[in-house]
Amino acid sequence: MDSIYQFAFAPFQEFAFLRRALVATIALAMSGAPLGVLLTLRRMSLFGDALSHAVLPGVAIGFMLFGLSLSAMSTGGFLAGIIVVAITGLISRYTELKEDASLAAVYLVALALGVILISRRGTKLDLLHILFGSILGVDAGGLLLVAGVASASLLILAIMYRGLLLENFDPSYLAACGSRGILLQQLFLMLVVLNLVAGFQTLGTLMAVGLMMLPAVSARLWHDTLPAQLLNSIVQAACAGYFGLLISYHIDTPSGPTIIVCAGALYLASLLFAPRGWLPRICRPAHLKA
Amino acid sequence: MKLDDLTVTYRGHPALHHVRGHFAEGSLTAVIGPNGAGKSTLLKSILGLVPLHKGSISIAPERACTAYLSQQTEIERNFPIVVRDCVLLGYWHKAGLFGAISRALIQRAEFALSEVGLEGFSQRPISSLSAGQFQRMLFARILVQDADMILLDEPFNTIDAKTTAELLKLITAWHHEGRTVIAVLHDYAQVRSHFPQSLLLAREVIAWGDTTTVLADEHLRQAEAMAQAWDENALPCQESNAS
Repeated sequence: MDSIYQFAFAPFQEFAFLRRALVATIALAMSGAPLGVLLTLRRMSLFGDALSHAVLPGVAIGFMLFGLSLSAMSTGGFLAGIIVVAITGLISRYTELKEDASLAAVYLVALALGVILISRRGTKLDLLHILFGSILGVDAGGLLLVAGVASASLLILAIMYRGLLLENFDPSYLAACGSRGILLQQLFLMLVVLNLVAGFQTLGTLMAVGLMMLPAVSARLWHDTLPAQLLNSIVQAACAGYFGLLISYHIDTPSGPTIIVCAGALYLASLLFAPRGWLPRICRPAHLKA
Repeated sequence: MKLDDLTVTYRGHPALHHVRGHFAEGSLTAVIGPNGAGKSTLLKSILGLVPLHKGSISIAPERACTAYLSQQTEIERNFPIVVRDCVLLGYWHKAGLFGAISRALIQRAEFALSEVGLEGFSQRPISSLSAGQFQRMLFARILVQDADMILLDEPFNTIDAKTTAELLKLITAWHHEGRTVIAVLHDYAQVRSHFPQSLLLAREVIAWGDTTTVLADEHLRQAEAMAQAWDENALPCQESNAS
């Protein structure tokens, strides 16, 4: 009993930075994972990945103007992400290019600009920090930002849930009712950007996408209905966060990647054991009569 | 609803041009014509989903909400919601983002499901439905929507004879209730027996009016003669210069 306590709870009791990291991860899990599920539904699973690169020029400009200030870099990243999303939306609306094609074009340019900007001012170390973050460096202000973003995202998501559902499922029907689906879609993508930026200080841009997408993809293997998938993804993301932090503490690995590997382990388990996974396909009982 | 010189183009080539005429209130019209004749484009331009190159569409009285059934390929068949939720989305124009769905509305949705022959399906995920069942469900959504104007784009593609017959009965019932129904169809026999009005398209109006006159052999030959390919050297349409 005592050893379980020592292993699983004592580290968090002992170190304030671990506690803050845990709270930040769980907050990110609660808002990021549902967004991830909705992204996979739109067949935009790689969208988050692309966007996480697209915020780079904004982060770089923030860094150049204000140094290694988290708030400046976050604001810059958020603005860059919003601009990329808006340009992508405009291109797919007014030309023949579909959303994925126009995003690919825009984000690659943004990424290149970001790397140029960083290379003019920073060192390689800064770039690594931006890409992989340091969750253990979350201070009270950073925690407040993450919690604020998570709360706002959940609230906005709840408000536009019905419209977003319809816009994903049958956009022409929504348009026939005279509703502007594009607004919902843009707002949704802005939430994705916001969450990536919030995750960027704690997990790093690349890892933030992992916490958003991996639990989302696994959750889809477990349930037939969206509310269940959303809940499942939150639970998986939070579990990955908790165990990832714990393991990274005990065996001294970088925390962000460890969290993502834990999410990956849950994904593997889902692939094998979930109702829509692999094992139920192999071991099937006799089929029913009707 | 009145169409005046309606023209929709694709890279300058007409998908539909100089369509003039009107759908009377409460009429039941079949839109027919070869592939690429602009049938779906006509429905989409009525809904405002495609930009008009020229001309206008005026709808009187001002429509509250038009029920629209797109071609099946345009709907995400594996979306993770249950049948009842999908039917309840038919209340979107009334409830919007925030409006409550009352118990009475849910009962109405369940009744609509039984009307289309899907009793007991309300908690099934829509991904488990066959093509015919899926179409029945979408008809239930139109039922709850209670719209004055109903546009159907090839509603019976990939649907078996029994389901088609039952859904045709629903369409006839809508007509008797005084709703305006416009359906894109390919089966001439179906059109002859169920649709009093027809509009034969081949990028322009070949004939529009009573089904018996529209479906004359001469008109059908004329529609079939529509060139499928673009003429790369096509001259500007004379009619648009004149007007």
